[in-house]
Amino acid sequence: MLKMRDIEKVYRTDLVETHALRQFSLDVRDGEFVAVTGPSGSGKTTFLNIAGLLEAFEAGSYELDGVNVRSLDDNARSRLRNEKIGFIFQSFNLIPDLNVFDNVDVPLRYRRFNAAERKRRIDHALERVGLASRAGHYPAELSGGQQQRVAVARALAGEPRFLLADEPTGNLDSLMARSVMELLEEINASGTTIIMVTHDPQLARRASRNIHVLDGQLTDMDEAVADARAEAAIG
Amino acid sequence: MLSYYLKLSWLSMRRTPVLTALMVLAIGLGVGACMTMVTINYALGADPIPHKSDRLFHVQLDTWSPDEAYPNDDQLPRQLPFRDTEFLSNAGLALREAGMFPASSPILVANSQVKPFTTIGRVTDGDFFPMFDVPFRYGGPWAEEAERNQQLVTVLSRTLNDRLFGDVDSVGRSVELWGKQFTVVGVTDTWSPLPLFYDVVNKGAGYNEEDEFFVPLSLTRPLEIGISGNTSCWTSPDGDGFEAFADSECIWSTTWIELESATEEAAYEADLVSYIERQKELGRFGRPARADIKNVMDWMESENVVGDDPPMMMAIAFLFLIVCLINTVGLLLAKFLAKSGEIGLRRAVGASRRELFKQHLVEAGLIGAAGGLVGLGLSLAGLQGIRVLLHGIDRVVKMDPMLVAVAIALAVLSALAAGLYPTMRACRISPAMQLKTQ
Repeated sequence: MLKMRDIEKVYRTDLVETHALRQFSLDVRDGEFVAVTGPSGSGKTTFLNIAGLLEAFEAGSYELDGVNVRSLDDNARSRLRNEKIGFIFQSFNLIPDLNVFDNVDVPLRYRRFNAAERKRRIDHALERVGLASRAGHYPAELSGGQQQRVAVARALAGEPRFLLADEPTGNLDSLMARSVMELLEEINASGTTIIMVTHDPQLARRASRNIHVLDGQLTDMDEAVADARAEAAIG
Repeated sequence: MLSYYLKLSWLSMRRTPVLTALMVLAIGLGVGACMTMVTINYALGADPIPHKSDRLFHVQLDTWSPDEAYPNDDQLPRQLPFRDTEFLSNAGLALREAGMFPASSPILVANSQVKPFTTIGRVTDGDFFPMFDVPFRYGGPWAEEAERNQQLVTVLSRTLNDRLFGDVDSVGRSVELWGKQFTVVGVTDTWSPLPLFYDVVNKGAGYNEEDEFFVPLSLTRPLEIGISGNTSCWTSPDGDGFEAFADSECIWSTTWIELESATEEAAYEADLVSYIERQKELGRFGRPARADIKNVMDWMESENVVGDDPPMMMAIAFLFLIVCLINTVGLLLAKFLAKSGEIGLRRAVGASRRELFKQHLVEAGLIGAAGGLVGLGLSLAGLQGIRVLLHGIDRVVKMDPMLVAVAIALAVLSALAAGLYPTMRACRISPAMQLKTQ
């Protein structure tokens, strides 16, 4: 599904060169729920941006659903992003002037679906997140949890194979965070691959696989734990 | 997608009403100033008789002094001696021929409550009316026979007819001009070509001018009708009295002709040169034989009817528009960059740079269209101001549907031009950065 090999990402200013990712390699299989943890500045979000085709990288290779993204131009990357990837952000990123229906409609507009198809998908997505009755409401009229559910509906409407969530519960209280997490688990159970960046170890534990990013390099926690157990057993 | 972009543009404009109003006003001011000047320039330089202006010609002969050239650019006198006008207006060399000069006379109607007043009219040939497509409200031009027989007939303008008789058919009634009773044979309908191309020598562009009556040219000598306009002489008349003046080399009349087609111009000029050669044998035309005919637009151009001011004012107005657009660029930039979060989100969910470019260009165009409407309002106000300042120009300066369309198009194109840079900047926004900092 997602295959990164030796990805290098460097941010340069006149004075400083920062290696955000070094020799970063990762395979994510179809249907996995991967939690990405790590301290601030470790490169989690950079990884997520590269995975979501929002940022370019200096070296390495990246295949998304069998497509080598390195050689794609802006149009092709945008189309791939639109068709394969759904985004969920910490701060919801809803457009305040648009009501719930129109917010969910945003990615579908760039997909050139006709009005009937867009409506079918929007209604279905809103039903999945339990907000079908709020289609005419504006973001300011909704709670934080509801806004994040709208963002999830927006990500789901395009029926992506791949959901990228950047601290999706970071701005929510624990009750709302739990309900959003349950929603993500439900989505994953229906076959959508999810990569979620989080600071919350409790949430990370609910994912099917945990990876840890430190100084731009990856540690697969599950493999590390397995290795540690094996060492302990030998010892 | 266009309807979607229009909807987004409308929402965006509503989100920042003050900024939007400033941009609309900036474009409106620039377009308003431009359109005011374009309208004036267009009206002053417009073809007053477009369907036949290339077949109507003003006649010039070099009748000036053998010792020095006439002091203008082409060195041909702007008017003709009356006897040449008399000949050319009856020579049968063209489809239609009309000699003319302006004249004034007190006018009165017997047994009328309207007090006598002085009015300005035109002494001309009957060909004048069909040649210049003069519309008639009542009656028509005088017959050729009436002209030949020097009958006292007149055609009144609608304005004069209304003043003398009210808006009634006055054909057959009498008016007194130069102390003689003239019979009204026709009343023209509203007709005031602007610029008043057929007499720019005496009336310039003719903003305030209208011929209120017309009488036959053949009455000039019997009634000793003098010109009420420019007269230039390079030598004194041979003797005293009107006949001597009419036969002199003084120039105070003009001749217009209508040709079947513009291609006959050279042949007619050759006829004029032949006429000059014949006159030379009579001791006239001491200069080399030169004649010229100019069609309506060429004649107005050679007489500088429009002048230099309107084009210069138009250039200044366009510079003002550019200043307004530079302001709009700054405002649009601020507006679009303030939407960085939304732009980042749209990029994340699949909008390409091209899609965002189109979306923001539509928004700039919509602001331009609104600016165009404001500009139209300001243009109308500006033209009203010009009318107050330049009394009489209101007959010519009008905003027609084409100019309305030009104003809107100018505003939209200006806004698109102003929107290009901000739009390109908006499309270059890094989505990753914006999404994290939201």
